[in-house]
Amino acid sequence: MRPFSYQRATDPDMAVQALSAAAAANNPLTQAAAQPLAGGTTLIDLMKLDVMRPAAIVDINPLAHGWSVIEPNGDNLRLGALAKMSDVAAHDGIQRNYPVIANSLKLAASAQLRNMATLGGNVMQRTRCSYFRDVSYENCNKRHPGSGCAAMDGVNRMHAVLGISDQCIATYPGDFAQALIALDATVEITGKAGTRSMPFAQLHKAPGSTPDIETTLQPGELISAFAVSGRWPRSVYLKARDRQSYEFALSSAAVALDVQDGTIKDARVALGGVATVPWRAREAEALLKGQKFDEALAQRAADAAFADARGRRHNSFKIALGKRVVARALQQAVTMEI
Amino acid sequence: MTAAAPEPKINMGQPVPRYDAVVKVTGRATYASDMPLADPAYAFLVTSAIAKGRIDRFDLDDARRVRGVIDIVTHENGPKLKESKLFSNGGYAGTTIQPLKSADIAHDGQIIAVVIAESYEAAREAANRVKVSYTAAAPSATFDSPGTTIAAAKGQNAQFKEDPKVGNFAKAFEEAEVKLTASYDTPTQHHNPMELFSTSCAWMGDELVIYEPSQFVYGLKYGVAEQLGIDADKVRVVNPYVGGGFGSRGSMTPRTAIIASIAKRLSRPIKLVPTRDQGFTITTYRAETRHEIKLGASRDGKLLALKHEGAEISSRPDAYCVGGTKTTTRLYACPNVDSLVSIVRADRNTPGFMRSPPEVPYLFALESAMDELAVKLNMDPVELRRINDTTVEPIGGKPYTSRSLMACFDEAAKAFGWAQRSPQPKSMSDGDWLIGYGCAATCYPTQMGPAAARVRLQRDGRTRVEIAGHEIGTGAYTVVAQTAAERLGVPLEKVAVFIGDSDLPPAPVAGGSNSTASTCSVVMMVCDQIRQRLFKAAMPSQSLTDKAKETVGIGQTPATQAAKGDRPLDLEKAFDALGVGVVEEYGEWKPEGAPLDSFRAMHSGQVRLVGGHAMKDQIAYAFGAEFVEVRVNRFTHEIRCPRLVGAFAAGRIMNPRTARSQLMGGLIWGMSSALLEATDIDERNARYVNDNFADYLVPVNADVPGVEVILLSEQDDHINPAGVKGLGELANVGTNAAICNAIYHATGQRIRKLPVRLENIEV
Repeated sequence: MRPFSYQRATDPDMAVQALSAAAAANNPLTQAAAQPLAGGTTLIDLMKLDVMRPAAIVDINPLAHGWSVIEPNGDNLRLGALAKMSDVAAHDGIQRNYPVIANSLKLAASAQLRNMATLGGNVMQRTRCSYFRDVSYENCNKRHPGSGCAAMDGVNRMHAVLGISDQCIATYPGDFAQALIALDATVEITGKAGTRSMPFAQLHKAPGSTPDIETTLQPGELISAFAVSGRWPRSVYLKARDRQSYEFALSSAAVALDVQDGTIKDARVALGGVATVPWRAREAEALLKGQKFDEALAQRAADAAFADARGRRHNSFKIALGKRVVARALQQAVTMEI
Repeated sequence: MTAAAPEPKINMGQPVPRYDAVVKVTGRATYASDMPLADPAYAFLVTSAIAKGRIDRFDLDDARRVRGVIDIVTHENGPKLKESKLFSNGGYAGTTIQPLKSADIAHDGQIIAVVIAESYEAAREAANRVKVSYTAAAPSATFDSPGTTIAAAKGQNAQFKEDPKVGNFAKAFEEAEVKLTASYDTPTQHHNPMELFSTSCAWMGDELVIYEPSQFVYGLKYGVAEQLGIDADKVRVVNPYVGGGFGSRGSMTPRTAIIASIAKRLSRPIKLVPTRDQGFTITTYRAETRHEIKLGASRDGKLLALKHEGAEISSRPDAYCVGGTKTTTRLYACPNVDSLVSIVRADRNTPGFMRSPPEVPYLFALESAMDELAVKLNMDPVELRRINDTTVEPIGGKPYTSRSLMACFDEAAKAFGWAQRSPQPKSMSDGDWLIGYGCAATCYPTQMGPAAARVRLQRDGRTRVEIAGHEIGTGAYTVVAQTAAERLGVPLEKVAVFIGDSDLPPAPVAGGSNSTASTCSVVMMVCDQIRQRLFKAAMPSQSLTDKAKETVGIGQTPATQAAKGDRPLDLEKAFDALGVGVVEEYGEWKPEGAPLDSFRAMHSGQVRLVGGHAMKDQIAYAFGAEFVEVRVNRFTHEIRCPRLVGAFAAGRIMNPRTARSQLMGGLIWGMSSALLEATDIDERNARYVNDNFADYLVPVNADVPGVEVILLSEQDDHINPAGVKGLGELANVGTNAAICNAIYHATGQRIRKLPVRLENIEV
């Protein structure tokens, strides 16, 4: 860890100002000199590992009084960016109308981490790629653009099979983001110019040729809330992992269905543990819509979801696994009692 | 009595709470890095980013500019240390690779610089700013990597003297009605004790005190003295509590002498707390192994031929191996046995002891093969063990001192509900989950070593026991206190125990599950010396026979003795007769068959363990049987283990509470070893990749919802005065095979490579 300055932001303007002041032109957000601190469960780790070296920390926890709402009102849901994972997961209204959200949060991390971590920080968490997190490896295109990728032909069991590029195969590690992207959530962003909203699907950027640019957020911008329209009581989050708790997904599926009289009116499928960004499987959704559910349909949808997947030495199993997870999640969503 | 404190059976002590329970749960126990130091400087290690090659140069300018940096030590200005030989060659070291000696790099994560600063934070920041230029060579990472060499262990490892064999294996295998040939692999694993590998060194003039979590304070004392070239009387190692060891702290690592010599040079105490990932490369580990097993049997299940070949990874300079064939060739009755252990040298740090070093990898192979043979014979695997059970080991024809293997199988099978198993693979399920039942034998050699103790008894019954044993979480304080209280007949709460300090009388390494047997045996002996003195003084015209003296308490008589009509000695009268206020005795004990140089070795930090197969006319092992339920998800192929049941017999159980805790931890570790733990090596550069707790998985509570430990009553009068076999390394041996056997039952798929992960399942 390196020395840094610490500042508590007592209102959003102050936070934005503090974060903007330190922002240098052309620096991607991940390299920005000032970083916001919420739960600290990712940032502090990466600072200890010397992966992130911010000169300034802006503590945004004092903003929680305005930014931690959990409001499943009528047909709309609003979640403040500083709401704690554990509070949202335990909320009755979320469990009833958005089980995919509740379970994506409940199945993530450990109880202690869920008590600390916030929703905004959760969606911004960075990859667990071992080579990214170990600065003794010089070749990491996320840390040093153009330096190469040690994971590509290294130990890559945990790495992505979708959304990859020849520059980076690091997996987006979170769970909650899959629920958000499946439900067409919007993200509310507070910056110098005030507040703007955009589809959550536009927040993360696949690595392409710039793996160091992970989101479309600009330095000085903060996520302040998430919003979902409609209720999704018929939704599940299925997560396959090496141990029963406190472990990242090898493969996960967020599925939300609207089934009427046996016909799938609307289908949402998102994938975790297998892609470089929160991943929406629209090809799978297209196959499902308007159809009567059966196992063969689920299988076709699962195949479609992974049609473009490319495995490497240790992670090819994720393609077959991912398909089974999607098919099983669809089955669970169809048969769940609501 | 509760599950945590089982009712003692015959030949078991009381399940008293841990001696150190309160200080530990209240955070008052002082571990090595908690020890207060006067004005310490802080060290942070810089470790190599390559596994083979040379350091061309350091750029230290940026690091030196960090405020508070005092010194940066590299091979260019490094301490001049004497070499220490490997422990197996009569030295103290766990590796002969000595860092900071030259620009050469022999393995990943080798110590290449030590930054000393006024604070831990400054040292760490400066270490991050050290820039190193290397000339890297292509390293050999592991089996099958280009550039490795292979040779038989015999002849290069002084402690591996013989490849056991008997009869004519080739002929018997050829002629056997039922044959099995199978290969098995086990992975690299790291101990990862909770307490990090810290070292603090403080000099007072020419006297050095080392605070370091150690499983062998005498070995460390003499080893560091040798490396520094000073008299061992000037070195003291202190660690009253050790936050887990598992073998990783049994032999000296290079860090200690380095920190000691820097502390001397700077005339300041130095405290080093390495990081978790540095712990993967600055100490030892369990090397990956490969096995081929051949079994030949008659139709009715009698083993006729057994061959076990094992290969193990070691470093370039050191021929470390665990050689578990000494156990696997002797476990079952079999007239024709062959074996071979080989060592494969790669560009790695030297491996070392890790909980049940030989038995974990080698019994995984044998106990998996036994299950495969049972399938071929269409036989219950428990019955196959029963048919081949023996009271005499087949290699040397020596009798087991006691052996309750089948009693363990029967007890555990009953508790587990083995009879409810439908033998066909894939025949049991529950919703999304395929269910499999599996079992395996477990065993561990009974070992003990020479030990000394000092015991002091006061007129009011207060007792002080001093022995340089080690509390690595096993309950060492507790069983030593119980032994003294029982032997002297004083209340447990009047006994104070002092261990973990090389100024105390020497005890062996806390390894090989010898501690309870060794320390309790010597404490019993020294307590008896005190009793003799008191009896002589109080009853000079002796009416009691010597035998009676053995059973009579001297202070408060336990109810059982009073019931037998034994008369307690009046402690105060005895002291009055002696005319003193304190009786103190020192004594040295060595096990039968210990080498002649045992006591000399004991006083120079050397270990002379005896036991297991290496006893003269007999062979001593503790046994157990383990049953597991495994569930494999049809869709995700996730593997879970909801139930672990083990029954164990290990001679006298000093304390059923601490024994159960050891065995429960062993079962959980066994499950972890089978399903989770493996250190990934990047074969391109021979570096460990998942060197942290986020990526090197160990079980969480949700992974082990049901663990049941059954302690069997067993008495063995042939091993040591305490009658203790030792059980710290007993339970984690059989679990690997039991789980793979259960996976076979659940899925019909035989898995011969650990750990088993969901991608290895093809349902």
